[in-house]
Amino acid sequence: MTPLTLVESRAIPLPLANVDTDQLIPARFMKRPRSEGYGPFLLHDLRAEPASEAARLDHPTFAGAQILITRRNFGSGSSREAAVYALADFGFRCILAPSFGDIFASNAVKNGVLPAIIAEADAEALLNNETVRSGGAVHIDLAQQIIRVGNHTIGFEIEPVWKTQLLNGWDDIDMTRSYSGAIADFVARDAQARPWAAPSRR
Amino acid sequence: MSSAPRTIIDKIWDAHAIATREDGQTLLFIDRHLLHEGSFHAFDQVRKRGAQLARPDLTFGVADHYVPTRNRTAIAPEIRRMVDQLVDNTTAHGITLFGLDDPRQGIVHVTVPAQGLTLPGLTIVCGDSHTSTHGAFGAYAFGIGASEVAHVMMTQTLWQKRPKRMRVRVDGALPPGSTAKDIALSFIAQVGADGARGHAIEYAGSVVRALSMEGRLTLCNLSIESGGRLGLVAPDETTFAFLKGRPFAPKGEAFERAVADWRALASDDDALFDREIVIDGSEIAPVVTWGVSPEQALPITAAVPDPDRIDDVSRAEAARDALTYMGLSPGMKLSDIRIDRVFIGSCTNSRIEDLRAAAAILAGRHAVVPGLVSPGSAAVKKQAEEEGLDHIFRAAGLEWVDSGCSMCVGMNGDLVPPGERCASTTNRNFKGRQGQGARTHLMSPAMVAAAAITGRLTDMRPLLEGRTP
Ligand code: SF4
Repeated sequence: MTPLTLVESRAIPLPLANVDTDQLIPARFMKRPRSEGYGPFLLHDLRAEPASEAARLDHPTFAGAQILITRRNFGSGSSREAAVYALADFGFRCILAPSFGDIFASNAVKNGVLPAIIAEADAEALLNNETVRSGGAVHIDLAQQIIRVGNHTIGFEIEPVWKTQLLNGWDDIDMTRSYSGAIADFVARDAQARPWAAPSRR
Repeated sequence: MSSAPRTIIDKIWDAHAIATREDGQTLLFIDRHLLHEGSFHAFDQVRKRGAQLARPDLTFGVADHYVPTRNRTAIAPEIRRMVDQLVDNTTAHGITLFGLDDPRQGIVHVTVPAQGLTLPGLTIVCGDSHTSTHGAFGAYAFGIGASEVAHVMMTQTLWQKRPKRMRVRVDGALPPGSTAKDIALSFIAQVGADGARGHAIEYAGSVVRALSMEGRLTLCNLSIESGGRLGLVAPDETTFAFLKGRPFAPKGEAFERAVADWRALASDDDALFDREIVIDGSEIAPVVTWGVSPEQALPITAAVPDPDRIDDVSRAEAARDALTYMGLSPGMKLSDIRIDRVFIGSCTNSRIEDLRAAAAILAGRHAVVPGLVSPGSAAVKKQAEEEGLDHIFRAAGLEWVDSGCSMCVGMNGDLVPPGERCASTTNRNFKGRQGQGARTHLMSPAMVAAAAITGRLTDMRPLLEGRTP
């Protein structure tokens, strides 16, 4: 996983609440292998309507944007990691919202995408910010946990563990493997403590 | 471990904690790992690392998301590929699979509990957000993404942060006609679709105690729609009676020993919850959703809300957006909303009790709209046919098909056409969930049956008069 420290890019305002993972990537596209790239399917059905907020994804003003600003409960619903693949493959490295679906946030971090929690009022301010809306640069500093647009600076929240993981580009599996002794001890103890827990075959 | 009073959530957590890092993350042992066709991303990750599965004996595969519900001999190639891929992957890693032709096939959250694989006190994960369903047995069960699925495959563990605990107590008694679905939708409407975020929920109170296992499965299933990490019910005699004799459940002495351990799981009397919500069960009426989030739900006797009268900006805009998508106008009576079709199925409401409840309304009556009834598993289908329920559905004009996720998510091609309105027993009324442009109203199976008969959203209570639910 690529470490994430600073993001400086345009930001796309998506003033929608409850953008669920079914909208982020409709189910019909999920049969494809990741290697094909999921970017074109991001918010596919919303984005297809020229008058929709999501149509900004394809607007030249926001070309190359790595930041998405949106409303509460982003990424709720299905656990499909494909929703994060679609965001990451499109180019997003950071999502700013007042709240995220739990599973989505965890999936995001595992793919090097920062789910930054901002206050509801800050979200509204950013969504209406002139610099943002005209495709100006937004700066995000993960170590300092700050977002800067012009002279305007706001803070954001992120689980400390996720912050460390993102900053370092760490991968869980290697870390877990270093616990193999503890896992084996647990399994031996547990077989005594909960003999009924193993599936009994017919 | 301290002797301080603990919740059932903490008891299960403590029993599975292998190690806790300085940053507070705990490595949890996973007792059951459930896979489906969508797990191919995780298998790809395992393959990329050249790794093996740590515990294939604790891993079970089920074909459900993509399986056809009709004519399983002539399957579209792209669907066939999804099902075959699961067969290949599970075979290569020595995993038991409840595949397309297996009598144990069904929706993962329906068939796995019925097989006795879901037990109180277990940690259960699956790459599916409705894994919370298994909490009905007092299991610690939650949905995970593909990277976590790969992690469990390779290590049989997961790093987790201890969740906050919420208790939802439903007191009193449910009025006739109200179901677990109505409890869940009322709760979600009250706290919001992200109201329980970061929390594990214990459902308690006299109403929950009185629910059957089917009802508890429905209630826990919908935990994720309130944003909760998981939801569970402490095991009791109802749970033990259900489990006894199930194929994969412990047998004989092992069962007795297990029951003794399971009894000890209940939250201690003085255990502290971070949040407590009390709901008066006697006030829960049959509920329907009117919008595009499960939080947009109201009793069937209510009217479509007016966004101009909602104070919160973001909620008002969400309501406006929902009404546009749903093609509804503020103030119209919910019972005046006409529907185009119905769907009875999904891991939320496709168990035998659900089918009986729908059949009780439909018996001797005719549906005025088309509809699909997809039982939750091959076993549920067989039992329903033994009870003659299939005749009732067919005679009413509904299609009786095989088991799978079907129109809950439309991956297998069972779709609601664009612009059409569906009364559905499923769990998500998201835009496009049942098909591009589809409009979904969530409700209980009996409410869907009532809507089928009248062609609009309908209070099922008068239709139940003189009948046994
Ligand atoms: S029935 Fe629907 S919610 Fe349940 S597992 Fe299948 S797709 Fe997911």
